[in-house]
Amino acid sequence: MKGAVPVFRREVLSFFVSPVGYFLITGFALLCGYFFFNMLQMYNMFLQRFSGMPYPGMELPNLNQWVVESFYHTLLVILVFLIPMLTMRSFAEEKRRGTFELLATSPLSIFEIVLGKFLAVAFVLFLMMLLGAMFPLLLVAFGKPGPELFPVLSGFLGLYLCALGFAAVGLALSAFTENQIVAGVSSLVVLLLLYVAHSPAESVGGAVAEVMNYISPARQAGDLFRGIISTSTLIYFVSLITVGLFVALRALEAHRWR
Amino acid sequence: MIEVQKLEKRYGDYIAVSDVTFSAAQGEIVGFLGPNGAGKTTTIRMLATYLPPTAGSARIAGFDIQRQADEVRRHIGYLPENPPLYPEMTVTEYLHFIGRIKGLPKRSLTASVSDVIERCFLGDVRNKLCAHLSRGYRQRVGLAQAIIHDPKVIILDEPTSGLDPKQIVEIRQLIKTLGQGHTVLLSTHILPEVMMVCNKVVIVNQGRVVLEKQLAEIGAAATLEQLFMQCVSEDAQGSGSKEAA
Repeated sequence: MKGAVPVFRREVLSFFVSPVGYFLITGFALLCGYFFFNMLQMYNMFLQRFSGMPYPGMELPNLNQWVVESFYHTLLVILVFLIPMLTMRSFAEEKRRGTFELLATSPLSIFEIVLGKFLAVAFVLFLMMLLGAMFPLLLVAFGKPGPELFPVLSGFLGLYLCALGFAAVGLALSAFTENQIVAGVSSLVVLLLLYVAHSPAESVGGAVAEVMNYISPARQAGDLFRGIISTSTLIYFVSLITVGLFVALRALEAHRWR
Repeated sequence: MIEVQKLEKRYGDYIAVSDVTFSAAQGEIVGFLGPNGAGKTTTIRMLATYLPPTAGSARIAGFDIQRQADEVRRHIGYLPENPPLYPEMTVTEYLHFIGRIKGLPKRSLTASVSDVIERCFLGDVRNKLCAHLSRGYRQRVGLAQAIIHDPKVIILDEPTSGLDPKQIVEIRQLIKTLGQGHTVLLSTHILPEVMMVCNKVVIVNQGRVVLEKQLAEIGAAATLEQLFMQCVSEDAQGSGSKEAA
C-alpha cells in the first residue's frame, strides 16, 4: 500500500507540469460556465412568462429541478467525453515509453501502481468537479431565494462518484494497450454505451429492463442529483470502481507475465 | 549471485531463448555477448522478472525469479535498452521518485540522490528536464536509476550504445568501480568493451549459450574476437537470423 504514495505524487506532478492538464481543466470550466449560464437564462425566461400569466393551481418552477439538476446531468455528459482524455495516457503511455518496465521490475506491486494512478486521477477529478459545483454553490450563496443546499451537495457526491467510476473504466481500458488512441476511443465507446444503457429498457421490459436501468450511471447519479441517497446507488458506484480497477490489475499482471 | 539453469522462452512456435545456462559470482562483471537477435534482451528481461520463462529456472541473490520475484526485484538494479525516463520530470525529481519506489528510507533519500548524481557525473544536469537530455545523459540517468539503492546485482542492457567516446570511457570506468561491491551483468556487442571491463564472458547465439569463460583463461592463444566469430559462425547456417525481442 505504501508504494502507491510515490506513484500518486508523480502522477499529480506530471499532470500539473504538462499543458495537457491545464487544457482539460480550462475546457471543462468553459463548458460548465456556458451551460450554467444557459440554464439559468432559460429558467429566468420561464419564470417571467409564468408570472405574466399564472395558471391557477400550478406550482412555481423549482430552481433545484430546473437549474441544479439539469446542470449536473449536463456535466455527466461532459464527463463521458472528458474522462477518456484524462485516463487514456495513464498505462498506455507508460508502456510505450518503456517506463512500465521500470515500474514492473521495481519492488512495487501492480496493485500499488494501479491504486496510485487511480488516486491521482481521483484527486484531479475532485478539483475539476469542485470547479463545476462552484456554479450551483454560487446560486446558493447569492440566489434570493436560492436553491436548497442538500441536493446541491448530494448532487456533487453523485457527480464525483460517477467521475470515479468512469475513471476506473478508463484506466482498465488503458491497461490493455500501448496505444493512447485505442485506449481513448475504446473508453469513449464503453462509457457512452454505459451512459445510454437504460434507453432501450422500456421497450425490452421485464428483468432485463431492471438490469439496464440499474447499470445506467445517469439513472443512479440522477437519484443523488435529486437529493435521494440510497445504499443501492452507493453500492453501484463502489462496484463500478472496483470492477474497473480489478480489470486494470489483471490486464497489467498478464502484461508483466507474458 | 546469478545462477541461470536452462532458461527458455518461446512465443508460440518461435523460440527466442532455448537453452541459457551460466552463473556469476559476487563481485564479477560478466560480459553478456552475442550478435543482434541472439536473445540477449529476452534473457535479461526474464532475469529482471519482466518476462516469465517458458522453462528452466534462475536464481538471483539466492531468490528464484519466478517464485520469489518480489525479493528479486528488491535486489536488482536494471537498466533496460532504452532508459526508462519520464520526460516531464527533472533529473533530481526523477531520482527521488526512483528512490521512493525502491523503498529507500526518507531520511537517507536526499543523500542517496546526491551521491548517485555525483557518481554518474550528473551534476551539470540535475535540474534539467529528462526530455531535454542528450542520449549520453539519458543513459547515465538510466544507470543512476539502476544503482541508487545499492543493489546486489546490476543488470545493464547495452549501457554504452549511442554514447560518444568520452562518455563511453566514463561509463566503463563507472561500471568497473561497480564491480567492487556488486555483481554486474553487462549485455553488449562491443568486444573491446568486454576486454576492458569484464572478468568473465558469456556468449550467446541463436538463443543458446555457446561459451562461458573467465577472461583470464582466454589469454593470448586466441583473441576474444576470434573466439566470438568461431562461436557465432558454428551454427549460424541453421535458421538464419531472427529478431528476438
